[in-house]
Amino acid sequence: MIGFYFAGTSVVHRAPAILKLLLLSIGVVGVGLAREPWQLGAAALAVAALFVIARVPVGAVWQQVAPILWLLLIAVPLQALLAGWIVAAMMTGRLLVAVALAALFTLTTTVTAVLEAFRLILRPFERWIDGDRVGLLVALTIRCIPLVAEIVKDVLDARRARGAQGSLLALAVPVVVRSLYAADAIGESLVARGLDD
Amino acid sequence: MSRIVFDGVSHSFGERRVLADVDLVLSERRIGIIGANGSGKSTLARMINGLVAPDTGRVTVDDADVARKAKEIRRKVGFIFTNPDNQIVMPTVQEDVAFSLRRRGLAPAEIALRTAAALERFGLAAHAEHPAHRLSGGQKQLLALAAVLVGEPQIIVADEPTTLLDARNAREIAGLFREMTQQVIVVTHQLELLEDFDRVIVIDEGRVVADDAPSVALDAYRGLLA
Ligand SMILES: Nc1ncnc2c1ncn2[C@@H]1O[C@H](COP(=O)(O)OP(=O)(O)OP(=O)(O)O)[C@@H](O)[C@H]1O
Ligand SMILES: [Mg+2]
Repeated sequence: MIGFYFAGTSVVHRAPAILKLLLLSIGVVGVGLAREPWQLGAAALAVAALFVIARVPVGAVWQQVAPILWLLLIAVPLQALLAGWIVAAMMTGRLLVAVALAALFTLTTTVTAVLEAFRLILRPFERWIDGDRVGLLVALTIRCIPLVAEIVKDVLDARRARGAQGSLLALAVPVVVRSLYAADAIGESLVARGLDD
Repeated sequence: MSRIVFDGVSHSFGERRVLADVDLVLSERRIGIIGANGSGKSTLARMINGLVAPDTGRVTVDDADVARKAKEIRRKVGFIFTNPDNQIVMPTVQEDVAFSLRRRGLAPAEIALRTAAALERFGLAAHAEHPAHRLSGGQKQLLALAAVLVGEPQIIVADEPTTLLDARNAREIAGLFREMTQQVIVVTHQLELLEDFDRVIVIDEGRVVADDAPSVALDAYRGLLA
């Protein structure tokens, strides 16, 4: 997902997305409830084993887990100070295992598969919620991440080229305006492709 | 070939009159539309796919009114935009092409098969699993073409499909248009793309001012610009 999908043919890749989504939820809740260090240790081992089975390169995993380390840098000393080192260590362990599990999901599951899963999950409610529409919304949101990133980069470049500095607002306005234009154009192309229903 | 008819079509955006009483019957296989900036070409092209509805007059494709049967028409008429970035809706190349086939009631295996064939045809098979936004501009436009053609439209309307591409990529896209068996209608400022077309229409200030074989129409347009 989010362009981080890492193609493969392992069991982890081929497992139905809906099953993976279910196991992911159970796993994250389970890790959150773990009270004993040995339970967390076992969970960490299990997740590591899944990574080996999926044959996802270490670099790709690192890219997903690294951002959380910044959070820990602030949270761990605080927790240690307030609640002691054991609690802080457990919290760190829980967070890392949960994020790694989520990363495994994103690295081995295509957006199409996730959409399909959404459709299945929402099927009992189809009288009230159009699962296909929700799926489309999710896909478009994901698609917009690199798009907006590109716009921000363009606007920053354009500012630099003109030697302009200035407030955050001066950056935000063109980014928002261009994002809206892009969203409009994408919407139009969806209509043209007959995918607007 | 299909028969696309503009019958007394006029259109204004606010005060500005963009198309004025256009009558056209388009049934040739390859038709070019040229004209100065702001002359109304894009508006005209969009009407064939129902993206713009005329204020007065009618646009029909094989006798079906575009304004009334937009859904049906859009399966028949594929549209290629200038900026391929705005046409990509899914994160990976293969998913974007497959996306065109959703709600067609096809089995997943059939979708996979058709998607793979389209990617192969446009030289994108090696990029199937790659993030679409990392492709080059030329490859993105190829992806846009693949995503439209996988739906097997009978007519392709393209609004300046090569404007953002370098000369080599523009030639490649033009070559693909040449090979297509579908009816194609291309709006462009790159006049050399149209030399072997069947018909070229020149628009100026919302009116058809020339409509002829390429050599004649292109000369008329060059005269207009001089
Ligand atoms: N959605 C819109 N709202 C308001 N005005 C519009 C809209 N779309 C087009 N126009 C105006 O209508 C006129 C014709 O536009 P159109 O896009 O059809 O021209 P064009 O021949 O495609 O020009 P170009 O070669 O620059 O693409 C222009 O003056 C344009 O500003
Ligand atoms: Mg235009």
